[in-house]
Formats: sequence, structure tokens, C-alpha cells
Amino acid sequence: MKRSLMRLCLSVMMMMCLAGIVARAETPEDTLIMAHAIDDVTSFDPAEVFEFVGGEISNNVYLRLVVRDENDFTKIAGGAAESWEVSDDGLTFTFKMRPDLVFASGNPVTAEDAAFSLQRVVKLAKSPAFILTQFGWSAENVDEHVRAVDEQTLQLQIEKPFAPTLVLNALSAGVGAVVEKAEVMSHEKDGDLGHGWLRSNSAGAGAFVIRDWRPNEVIVLEANDKYYLGKPTLNRIIVRHVPESTTERLMLEQGDVDIARQLGSAQLEAISSSSDLKIDIAEKSTILYLGLNQGMKELADPKVREAIRWLVDYDTIAEKLLKRQYRTHQAVLARGNFAASTDTPYGFDPEKAKSLLAEAGYPEGFKLELDVFAASPFQEIAEAIQSNFAQAGIQVSIVASDRRQTLTKYRARNHQAVLMVWSPDYGDPHSTIDFFVTNPDNSDASTTKTAAWRNKWFDPELKKIADAAILERDTAKREEMYAEIQRGLQTNSPIVVLFQQTEPTAMRKNVENWVSGPAFDTYVFRGITK
Amino acid sequence: MSATPVVDRQPDGGQTAARLATHGSAAVRFTASLALTLFGLVLVTFLIARVVPIDPVLVMVGDRASPETYEKARQALGLDRPLYEQFFLYLSKVVVGDLGQSIMTGDDVLSDTLRVFPATLELAVIGTLLGSCLGIPLGVLAAVRRGRIADHVVRILSLVGYSLPVFWLGLVLLLVFYAKLEWVAGPGRIDIAYQYTVPEVTGFVLLDALLAGDWGAFTNAISHLILPASILGYFSMAYIARMTRSLMIEQLSQEYVLAARAKGVPASAVVWRHAFANVRVPVLTVVTLTFAYLLEGAVLTETVFAWPGLGLYITQALFSADLNAVLGGTLIIGICFVLINRGADLLYRVFDPRTR
Repeated sequence: MKRSLMRLCLSVMMMMCLAGIVARAETPEDTLIMAHAIDDVTSFDPAEVFEFVGGEISNNVYLRLVVRDENDFTKIAGGAAESWEVSDDGLTFTFKMRPDLVFASGNPVTAEDAAFSLQRVVKLAKSPAFILTQFGWSAENVDEHVRAVDEQTLQLQIEKPFAPTLVLNALSAGVGAVVEKAEVMSHEKDGDLGHGWLRSNSAGAGAFVIRDWRPNEVIVLEANDKYYLGKPTLNRIIVRHVPESTTERLMLEQGDVDIARQLGSAQLEAISSSSDLKIDIAEKSTILYLGLNQGMKELADPKVREAIRWLVDYDTIAEKLLKRQYRTHQAVLARGNFAASTDTPYGFDPEKAKSLLAEAGYPEGFKLELDVFAASPFQEIAEAIQSNFAQAGIQVSIVASDRRQTLTKYRARNHQAVLMVWSPDYGDPHSTIDFFVTNPDNSDASTTKTAAWRNKWFDPELKKIADAAILERDTAKREEMYAEIQRGLQTNSPIVVLFQQTEPTAMRKNVENWVSGPAFDTYVFRGITK
Repeated sequence: MSATPVVDRQPDGGQTAARLATHGSAAVRFTASLALTLFGLVLVTFLIARVVPIDPVLVMVGDRASPETYEKARQALGLDRPLYEQFFLYLSKVVVGDLGQSIMTGDDVLSDTLRVFPATLELAVIGTLLGSCLGIPLGVLAAVRRGRIADHVVRILSLVGYSLPVFWLGLVLLLVFYAKLEWVAGPGRIDIAYQYTVPEVTGFVLLDALLAGDWGAFTNAISHLILPASILGYFSMAYIARMTRSLMIEQLSQEYVLAARAKGVPASAVVWRHAFANVRVPVLTVVTLTFAYLLEGAVLTETVFAWPGLGLYITQALFSADLNAVLGGTLIIGICFVLINRGADLLYRVFDPRTR
């Protein structure tokens, strides 16, 4: 028996050695390998993409009709369309397509392709379709309202004279991506406008094409050598699914990946002194806020809501718990976006909060349930808030649940208070303001589930300003209107904005030109070198 | 002369018929038990998935979809129908092999599970092999040397293996063998350099590399596999060794062992030919259970090692409230459990003549 045991141990050791002596293949020079959590990817069809990773891939695979300027993301620049004009009545937008523009297939990009792309978004009616249907387009009328006048001219008719920046910003979202009509329609099945095929393939004029996608495993992008701004520097971008952040860190340190996207505060701190790695910090449009349900009598009192604003130790939480990830911000529009307010009128003042609570009739405080995602850093923030609120007698019990479970509860208005994330759907302030101000039917039966409805709140005055702002063509006036709405939300609403996200991206020192942009779908890979 | 063969053939024919009838009824019993098990499995999983307080439509269309899009998706998922109707609709599709479409990947669940299953199977097979090859001899050794140092060492090893969180152990081993010593390759099944050079034939990376005759890819795949498989092997070893030890201790205290020793039978023959022969069947059960557990219980290992297997697939489906994927994955695991148990039943006959 001893001998057989010895033999066994020897074989195991031999296997270990065999594996150990295998020289690991070097990361190819012309390929960027990125570790990321890609489990949210369900589709790459621009008519459907509405998740984080899908959004960033889409921006690199498709050229949108107009794009957000990479040098100043608050501005709109030409994409597949080189220029545009707005009619005097503000109802007609005419786009001139970029001449000599071709798809990755080599076929020309025409106005017909652009019209088809917008029409199919509306007809397929997937999640992001509302970005276009808000202009009065429906499956029935979109062919009339979106049409190619000739090969180079695209004309859009909208229902109301919306501010041109609103329309252009909406078209710079993923739904504005131009797909190759002939290629997509050659894969059409049962009238799906090629959706089944486009979910996992690409037919665009972006800097890359999708070579391979294995759900929860890998996404492979290959450079499009026909891209109108020139072939990207790297031939390939490979996104590997690495669900565990500690594993990501080890892979980055070992040089098995060039970029790690999911590192937490502690891991970033640990690698910050490494001479082989660096951390890029980008300001994002995502905000973290507390939603206070007005169905709870204590929270319906304006004095209590104000007390809560004085009860968060914003700066300490940002510095100690959210280093590199979030910074203090108190307005719904995130810094770096058009019309965003950077005012931070509230600080941590438990005494002031106590007196406000006393005035409201709660000198001893009250009990409050706080729903939160069971993930870092949300739970840590909730614990800090719990301790802050306790100083004025508000006893917070934290309900940490799966992200989707918390969201389901919030959408059903079953929360008392919730710590929630908001990220705008496109670059215009209307995307955010609409979500926080609109509430046409405050009954439980309402199908409009905005933040205002979820917190059982409505301010008709703010709504009036918001409605006027989407039609205001004078940019300066529009900016002032949004400033007023933000002040209103900041002082007298159930929305307590706490922080704005800054996205840290850890990478090898030789990686250059990483562009994140403010939104979930503004990443630009084409200039990256290593 | 002519009558003899006829007489001889009659009982033969009778035995064959009886044997066929026995096999036939066994097959019917097996099929019925498989069907019943799977029906119960689908029913329970279906009900559990329905009481989870997550809105599957929300997962499908996102938080910002218009009410019309939301309603369309709800109808597409059949959620507007009564619960019993949803269940029987699902069941009728399952019977014809349609496990539905996954919200998470957009693909049909059957092809999803077939895609991820080889990764798990590869890991589980190697893990079980390592666990059995080490666990059984160690368990026997501990029983033979009961109360001595070897026994204590095996017991501590088993206890540690049983108590250590797999997640933590995985990260520590990665840190030591991958990051510090650089003996093994990192997470994932194979280096990117080989991922697209080895044609995918069976879905088992090791086999595919061999079929392609790519020795570099094969050793690279082993280098990736060795750490997660060793972890699973260690945990299996801990369980198998513990169980083998207690089974062997019981046998070694029997009178026939004493008699064999008294007769001067060599010690190794007493242990392996006499005592171990009597624990082969329960040990086989332990190994079978371990293997079946690794098929669906390796989720933490798969997470740490970015191993795209079935455990990870089902867990992520659960978090996404992806009902079809959860049900489909559970069904596949259920079928595996039943088949593995059936396989073990057949193996009992090899090891134990009384069951033939």
C-alpha cells in the first residue's frame, strides 16, 4: 500500500510540474485584454442594448448618426451624418450623410440605412425605444416621419418643436446607431427585422466588429480597417468575464490582462503603489440618491426631509468609504453634463437636524427601513448612514437584497427609504429631469414608474418648468430652467442626492489613451495603445 | 437426439424470456422513476422561482422600458396567465425538448446548458478522480493506523478540507501558485492565445487540444485546470477519506478479519482483499454522491477561477430571475443525478455479487 501511495503522490507531483513548466503565452502585442463582469450582456442589437457592457461595446461597433464629442462630451459632433439643419418651426431635422462612409463590409452607408435603423428601433419596441418614441414616432407612423429623401439626405419629422439639443442628444444614444440594412435584412426571420441575428453579430460602421461572443465568457472585437477615421491602433479587444474582483486583480498584476474594470476601493488602494500599474479616474453621470417614500407619514413632512439632508456625513463617507469611486454631489444632474448644478448646500449637522425633527414633532426620531443593494459599496454606505442618522434618533434598519429584488420593491413603492443609483439614458438633461419630476398618475395603478411616482410625490410647478424646458430653443434660458428644477428637487423633494460616481479603471502602465466618457455607452477603444 | 436440444432449449428460452421481462420491467421502472423525479423537480423549482420577489420582466426589459414594452415582454413570458397554466405550458414544451429561451443570454436554454456543461464536467471528473485516488487510500490508511500519527494527519486533513471555505482557499491558492510562484496558469480554461486556435469539437478543452494534436494547448489547458481541479479534488478527498475511514474501521473490527489475521494472511491482503472488498459498494456510493455534488456545487470554484461552467450559469440565472435558465439548468442537473445513481446501481452488481 505504501508503494502505491508513493506512486500516486509522484504522479500528482509530475502533473503539477508538467503544468508548472508550461511557459504561459504572452499577451499578444496587438491585442488588448480586459477583465470585466460581462454577465449583463444579453444582446448587441442597438435597438435593444441598454445595459452597461452592451452599451460600451455598441459604441465601438456602430457609428451613430451623431455622436458625443470625445473632447467635450457635453457637445454633439457629426457621426454617420456630417451636418444637419433644423427647420424654423423646429419640427424638421435634415441630416446630410458623411460622403464616402462605408460599413465594415465595405458597402456605402446611405440615408436609407440610417432611416431603416431608426425605424427598426421604433418597430421592434425594445427597452430603449422610448428615447425615440418620445418624439411622437410609433410603429405605424415612423416610416412617414423618418425617411431618406435621397441617398445622402435623411429627414426626421417630430411631433413638437423640442429643443434641438434634446433631439440630437437622443440621437447620439445607442438607438442612433446606423446598421447596414441589406446585411441585417438578409438575416431576417419571421419579420424580426434581423433582430435574432443582430443580437450576437454586428453590421455597423464603427471602429470594431464583433468577432465572437460567448455569454458569461468572452467578447472579441476585431479592428475595422475601413473605419472612416482610420484603422484602430490595436487589432483586437478581448473582454474576458472575470466575476471575482480579487481574481481580476491577480490577473492584472500578473500581466494576463491589460485592464481590470471591477476592482473595489481596497484593491485599488493595494495596487496604487505598484510601479507596473496605474489607475485612471473618470467622472461619470451616475448619481447615488436616497428615495424617501411619501407614503410614510414621517417622511412626508418637509422638515423631516430637510433634517435627513443635514444628517449625512457626505465628505467623510466619500473620503473613507468611496475613495476613487464616488464624490459628494447633491444635484440630480451630474457634474460634467449640460446644466448640471455643482452646489452642495448641505453638510453634516446633527444638531440642526435634531431641531428640525423636533419642530416636525419627532424629537426622539423614528424607525426607518432603508433598502439597499447587497453589494459593495452600497451596504457600507448604508451602514454609515445608519450611524449618522442615529445621532438624531432615527433608527435605521438596513434591508440588503439582491439588486433586482430591491428594484422590484422600489418599483412597487413598497419601500420606506431606498439607496438607489441613477444613470441618464442619453446626454440631455431631460432624460434625468423627466425621471425625477414626471408623475402623471400618482395612483398605484399607474404604468409610469418614474422616481417621482415611486416615491409618491409630485410637484406641478416643477413639472411645468420641465415641460417648458424641453421646448426651449434658447440654450441659456434652458440652462436656467434646469437650474431652477434642480434647486427645487434639492430643497423640497423626496430625492436626496448624495454622491456622483467616478469610475476608477486599473490598467498596466503601458496602456494609453483609455477614454471612458461620462455615460455607460461613451467608451472609445479605437485610440488605445499598449 | 433430436429431442434433447429441444428440451435443452426450452428452459433456456424461458430464462431468456424471464430475463428480458426483468430487464423490461426494470427499464419501465427506471423511466417511470426518472419521469417522476424530473416532474417533481420542475414543479418545485418552478414554484420556488415564482415566489422569489424579483420581477422577471424587469430583468428582461430593464428599469426604463415604456409601459407598452413592459407589457409586451410580460405577455411574451406568459406571466399574464394563471400559474397552473404557465406551468403546464412550460411542461408541454419541456417534454419535446424545448427548454425555452434564456433572458440572460437570449439563446435557447438547451444549447446554453450544452455549451457550459463540458467545462463543469471536465472539472468534476478530474476533481473526483483526484479526490478518489487520494481519499480512498488515505481513508484506508487512517483506519488501519487508527489512533496513530497517520490517522491524525488524515483526520486533520479531512477536517480542514471539510471546514475551509472553498472561495477563500481558491483565492489563496491562486495567490500562491499563480501570482507568487507562477507554477500554474491563471483563471479561465485556456490562454487567449490558444482559445481560437484549437477547434471546438467536444467542448472539453483537453480532448479538443488532443484531437487537434496541439500539445502546447493541451499542457496549457492542464496548467489552467490543475488548480481548480485540485481544490475540488481536495474537498472530495476530505469527504471520501472520512467516509472510507469510518467504513473500514467497522470492517476491521469484524471477526472474519480477526480470523484472517489468525490464519496468517498478509496484512495488506487482509486490508484490501477482505476488509476493503466489503466497503467497495458504500465507498462507490460516496464517490458517486461526490461527483454529482461537484456537477452543481462547484459554483464558488467556477466564480473564483472564471470557469464558465453550469454552476456559474445557474447561479447567475438565479440572480437574474431567469426562470427558463434556472429550470433548464436544474433539469439537466436532475437528469445527471438520476443517471449517475443508475450508473452506480449497475456498478454495484460488478462489486457485489449478491445484487446481481
